[in-house]
Amino acid sequence: MSIAEKFVSMEYGPAPEDAKEVSAWLDAHGRRFAHFIGGAWAAPTDGEYFETVDPSNGERLAAVAQGSAGDIDAAVKAARAAAPKWQALAPHARAKYLYALARLVQKHSRRLAVLETMDNGKPIRESRDIDIPLVARHFYYHAGWAQILQAEFAEYVPCGVVGQIIPWNFPLLMLAWKIAPALATGNTVVLKPAEFTPLTALAFAEICVEAELPTGVVNIVTGDGRTGEALVKHPDVDKIAFTGSTEVGRAIRAATATSHKKLSLELGGKSPFIVFEDADLDSAVEGLVDGIWFNQGQVCCAGSRLLMQESIAEALIAKVQARMSTLRIGPPLDKAIDIGAIVAGVQLERIRKLVEQGVAEGATCWQPKVSLPGRGFYYPPTLLSNVHPTSIVAQQEIFGPVLAAMTFRTPSEAVELANNTAYGLAACVWSESVNVALQVAAQLKAGVVWVNCTNMFDAACGFGGYRESGYGREGGREGLREYLEPAWVKKLSALSSQPSGKTNALLSAEAVDATANTTSGKEESGDEMESRRSAVDRDPIDRTVKLYIGGKQARPDSGYSMEVRGADGRLLGEAPLGNRKDIRNAVEAARKASGWGKATAHNRAQVLYYCAENLSQRGAEIARRLAEVVGEKQAAAEVEMGIERIFSYAAWADKFDGAVHNPPFRNIAIAMNEAIGTVGVICPREAPLLGFISLVMPALAMGNTVIAVPSEAYPLIAGDLYQVFDTSDVPGGAVNIVTGYVAQLLKTLAEHDDVDALWSFVDEESAAAAKAMSVGNLKQVFTNEGRAIDWFDAKVGEGRWFLEHAVQVKNIWVPYGE
Amino acid sequence: MATDSSLTLNSAHNGEMPTAILAGRPLTRNTGIPLNLDWVREVRVNTSAVERRAQTQTARRTVKKEWQAAWLLRAITCMDLTTLSGDDTDERVRRLCAKGRRPLQSEIVERLGIGELGIRVAAICVYHTFVETALGALEGSGIHVAAVSTGFPAGLSPLAERVAEIRRSVEAGAHEIDVVITRGHVFGGRWQALYDEIAAFKQACGPRHMKVILGTGDLLTLRNVGRASVVAMMAGADFIKTSTGKEPTNATLPVGLVMTRAIREYAQETGMAVGFKPAGGIRTAKQSLDWLGMIKEELGESWMRAEMFRFGASGLLGDIERQLEHFATGRYSAGYRHPLA
Repeated sequence: MSIAEKFVSMEYGPAPEDAKEVSAWLDAHGRRFAHFIGGAWAAPTDGEYFETVDPSNGERLAAVAQGSAGDIDAAVKAARAAAPKWQALAPHARAKYLYALARLVQKHSRRLAVLETMDNGKPIRESRDIDIPLVARHFYYHAGWAQILQAEFAEYVPCGVVGQIIPWNFPLLMLAWKIAPALATGNTVVLKPAEFTPLTALAFAEICVEAELPTGVVNIVTGDGRTGEALVKHPDVDKIAFTGSTEVGRAIRAATATSHKKLSLELGGKSPFIVFEDADLDSAVEGLVDGIWFNQGQVCCAGSRLLMQESIAEALIAKVQARMSTLRIGPPLDKAIDIGAIVAGVQLERIRKLVEQGVAEGATCWQPKVSLPGRGFYYPPTLLSNVHPTSIVAQQEIFGPVLAAMTFRTPSEAVELANNTAYGLAACVWSESVNVALQVAAQLKAGVVWVNCTNMFDAACGFGGYRESGYGREGGREGLREYLEPAWVKKLSALSSQPSGKTNALLSAEAVDATANTTSGKEESGDEMESRRSAVDRDPIDRTVKLYIGGKQARPDSGYSMEVRGADGRLLGEAPLGNRKDIRNAVEAARKASGWGKATAHNRAQVLYYCAENLSQRGAEIARRLAEVVGEKQAAAEVEMGIERIFSYAAWADKFDGAVHNPPFRNIAIAMNEAIGTVGVICPREAPLLGFISLVMPALAMGNTVIAVPSEAYPLIAGDLYQVFDTSDVPGGAVNIVTGYVAQLLKTLAEHDDVDALWSFVDEESAAAAKAMSVGNLKQVFTNEGRAIDWFDAKVGEGRWFLEHAVQVKNIWVPYGE
Repeated sequence: MATDSSLTLNSAHNGEMPTAILAGRPLTRNTGIPLNLDWVREVRVNTSAVERRAQTQTARRTVKKEWQAAWLLRAITCMDLTTLSGDDTDERVRRLCAKGRRPLQSEIVERLGIGELGIRVAAICVYHTFVETALGALEGSGIHVAAVSTGFPAGLSPLAERVAEIRRSVEAGAHEIDVVITRGHVFGGRWQALYDEIAAFKQACGPRHMKVILGTGDLLTLRNVGRASVVAMMAGADFIKTSTGKEPTNATLPVGLVMTRAIREYAQETGMAVGFKPAGGIRTAKQSLDWLGMIKEELGESWMRAEMFRFGASGLLGDIERQLEHFATGRYSAGYRHPLA
């Protein structure tokens, strides 16, 4: 075609990025890659390799080593060996290494971008303008943290050896998100890239060599799910960081339950994209392009559910369709392509099936008239309208360029629809009214909310999810915490095994569940009758301790009571034997008490101070009763320190606030500390009162509602505590207390899908059980790992560590400018 | 999309402007509509989002090799080659006209094989004083003469004088009149006054094409740009134009995005097509490609013609020439090798 003809047609024409340099690089490696372990290439012990292909044309790029358990072991050993020296480096020395990595990423930026596009299928525009610059930015940002770490995190130490497993959608960027904070905080790393996209990680291994990073600090083992499993299960790994599917996240949670491995999960999403009638609709459409048609929709935070206010739905759909028609789909190395190739055939098939199913369920499918390349894995941009919340395409993550559109009438309905998902990764809100946008942003259950923008990322801003989108954050100060632990935590000794008392095994779970109002039928011995009498003698009128649910004292569903004995074995009284139904009721009450979380922090502080005041008033009698179990000295100390601790958390209530980050854009990114929601608390035995206060109060202070299970050692404390709560203006349902057998109540709490977090501070088995049984809704589990915490030492038993677990960070991006 | 040679400038002077097409719908020339204040007030522009789109749009699209050459040629044919200086003289205007007739050296034309296209600029844009000179110099070329008018560039002389100025230029034979608005009407939200002013200009222009200069560098906010664009179109503008070239900032892509989106909206609602002219600050071939790309993305190919799109520029042509010579010869060119405008 002549220039004259092109002059008439005004087509774009091809604009291919040259792949020569990358091909030469692959050839130089013989198109075959080993693992990178201990600073050198290491052939797989099993001699097994797999192939990685270019999804845009199906051509083989290279053979890559399949990692075995042996390879993982070698890598973990290398990382362990490198750890002491790496941790001992001066902050400035580590900062220089991270700085060098950032510079080298920039020096090799085009090669990395082209290689990424060839291995993954994403448009070169994105790998060149988004992925790789963000990789460099991440290393720069964390070089800074390495430099000032000791000053800013004085009391913290690195986890140790970190196992990291990353997905195929942003291969090098996810590597950077994992490796940069890990190295900055002094950890050493074994990273497994995704099997579809291992090549940029291997190119990064070369960069580590070029930066003269000490050997063993970064190790890269390639392979499939089996390799990842070996890494997760390796006993000498201190932390696992995973980004990927919720399904695999659950498996990792279960597999690490019996270990002390710290865990962060960044999982799937079905993020809402909410457009109000007062939005700049043309800009919202571009936001959608950046949302669902970015990276072929293979983005965990893709705005895949379009929620439109009814009044503008028709106009918006017309604009979306017009815009979809100008999207260019084709070979991703072309610089003017918007949508490249889907990463693999299996993924393409999954998209097709889900769309077919959505259409079968009544959705209307619209696709622009575009021609797809003859080979390679391509899927056209797709709009599904007439979608209802019940449809599979509104619920399941499709991970493709498929948008499901729905309408809403009011802001509150928008929030309801937006939150009607098991996920909670990200959300977009488009409105020109700052009131509407921020009101909605505050109510969305999502770790990231973009107001009038989409898919903005920066190293300074935490990224991560609520609910089944995982836990932990990447980026920002909050991201660093995932790779650090308070120095004292690791020094704690294991809890001494305590006599669990004969109560534990007395009744089977069935009996506890039974509602029949029968007694155990067991004859009491003379001694027991004697001690019962003495318990009654202590208070002139029989004192019945009940459960505390929804602000009311409640009899246990079972109708049973459990004996509570003093240190000397004497019967002190009877506590209600709560069961799963009591837990159910308590969770319902806690959920209904959401007003507590919406109360101002000042208001919550006032209520907490009032609790301290009332505890002080009853201190003497509470201490007198508690003394029967823990002795007079400890009882007095528990009351005294308990009052002080409540004061501390009342003080914190309006001071543990968020941050405003400084990403390199014209906006404010507000990192808000939000309550997690309903928190189950299994209270420690060793300090029945102070332990209860030390856990329940930080949760309350941050606006959570609590279902507390007091220690089996002295559940009667419930009776004293609810008297305090009742007289202190604590709203009904904000705190609920269910006494009973801890193991059974913990199980019900752990498996309850409406409990958002579970704190277990008893023995190691309970910690493991809490983790293992939390997989249903991936609730956040916080435990002592069976370690002994000295609740009487405020440096250990109080403060930020607890508060940090009582909140999750929501980053709200608000660009501005007129 | 399918186009034919009628899309080249050769058809530009047969009296009837070919209409543009939006999403398959043929549009008619804008005759204006009554002022719709609800529409004006509902204009919403999110500045950050618009800036982001403008920024990424230029990274999302590129044209290379022969396609780039073709696009640069198209840019020449959409050019209002402009001189608006206090030191303009008849001779200076004649020189400009000569350049407009032969924007490329014949050697380049031959090498590119584009003789048949008869590449020349769309118009020569001058002050009223030089309309006659330009008409004489351009006779038989098919190139329009555009006159800036209405107290250009401030637009603050009495309305009657501004209208009379238009009439004088029309009588002198100018094909196109570039008028400036009273920016104060925008700041004050005096939309009726703005509408009436532009409608009066339109009446004075008669069938001559009226380009309404919004002075976007003065309006400052994109929301103001969006609202002023809508009012100008309602009042009958044939083109809306960004700048006089004399404001502190001239044509920027975010401003262009707001104006082209307004044009699209107007076309959808009324079935009438309005042209667009960014002016000032467009000096490089790369910039001209970015603008053309934006027109293609936001309005479609039918707007990428002189009938619907113009660059107001003086220095742009020189850079395009250099790029085309580089394409034709493979060697980087030097400015002095090309005849002065």
